[in-house]
Amino acid sequence: MRDGIKAGVPIAAASFVLAISFGVLAQPVMGTVAPIVMSALVFAGSAQFAALAVLAAGGGAGAAIVAGILLNARYVPMGVALAPSLAGGRLRRAAVGQTMIDASWAMSIRGEGRFDPDFMVGATFPNYVCWVGGTALGVFAGDLIGDPETLGLDALFPAFFLALLVTELGRGRRAIAAAALGVVIALVLAPHTAAGVPVIAACLAAVIGLRRPRPEGEG
Amino acid sequence: MSDTWTVVLALTAATAAIRASGPVLIGGRDLPPIVIRVIALLAPALLAALVAVGTFTAADGDLELDARAAGLGAAAGVLLWSRNAMLAVVAAAALAAALTRALS
Repeated sequence: MRDGIKAGVPIAAASFVLAISFGVLAQPVMGTVAPIVMSALVFAGSAQFAALAVLAAGGGAGAAIVAGILLNARYVPMGVALAPSLAGGRLRRAAVGQTMIDASWAMSIRGEGRFDPDFMVGATFPNYVCWVGGTALGVFAGDLIGDPETLGLDALFPAFFLALLVTELGRGRRAIAAAALGVVIALVLAPHTAAGVPVIAACLAAVIGLRRPRPEGEG
Repeated sequence: MSDTWTVVLALTAATAAIRASGPVLIGGRDLPPIVIRVIALLAPALLAALVAVGTFTAADGDLELDARAAGLGAAAGVLLWSRNAMLAVVAAAALAAALTRALS
C-alpha cells in the first residue's frame, strides 16, 4: 500500500489543481457546502464536472444525474476486471471498489487480468485528500490558478493513460488489437452519443478475447 | 430539496453502487478461462479509449485536433526514450500543450 501511496502523489498533485478549478466553477452554481460534500462523497472528477455543466446551463437535476451516471458507468467494467483479484467478503470487496478511480485502477494492473488492490487503495488515498482539499480551496479562495488549460493540464491525463497503455500493449498482439478497436469505437461514437458512452462502448473491444488463442501464438 | 442537493445525493448513491457492482457480484470466485481472457483485454481497450477521448474530442464530443495532441505527441516521444519515466511523460505532455497554446 505504501508503494501505491508514493505512486499516487504526482497524480494527486494534478487532481489538486483540477479540484480547485471544480470548486471555483461550482461555487456560483451549487453554493459553498454542496461542492465540497460532492467531492467527498461522489469523488469522481469527470462525473462531477459533467453534472455541474448541466446544472450551470439550467438543465435540471434529472439531466445532471444522468450525465454523471453515464460518465461513471465505466466503473462497472473496470470493477468487473478488478473483481477476480479481490479477496474477502462482499462488504470488504465493495469497500475496495469505492477506491476505484481511473488513475489508481490503471496503475494497479499487473497483467493477465490481475490487479494489485492494496496498491490501488494506496494510490487513491493522496488523490482523495487532494480532490476534497482542492475543492474546498477553490470554493473559499477562488481563482488561484487560472485556467487549467493554460498549464496544459488537460493533456496530462491522456499522457498518463498512454504511458500505462504502452505497458499493456507489450503483453501481446491481442492487447494491441483490443486497444486499436477500443480507439475506433470510442472516436466513431463520440460525436453522436452522450459523454461517457464512447469509453464504455470501447469495452466491447475486449470480446475479441472470446476467441481461443492460437496454441503457439501469443495471447 | 434543491436541484443541487438532489444531484449530490443521487450521484453519491449511484456512484457507490456502480463502484461496488463488479467487486460484489463477481469477486471472490474463480472464473472460467474464457472470461479471464476477455477481462484481461478490458484494460488495454479502456486505457486506449481514455487516451483517444481525452485527446481528440471536444466538450460536446466532436472530434478536435488541438494542443492536447501536441502534448500526447511529446508524451509518446518520452515513452520511446524510456517507459519508466512517468513524471517526465506527463510533464512533457503538459509543457508541450501549454507551449502550443501560448504560441498559437
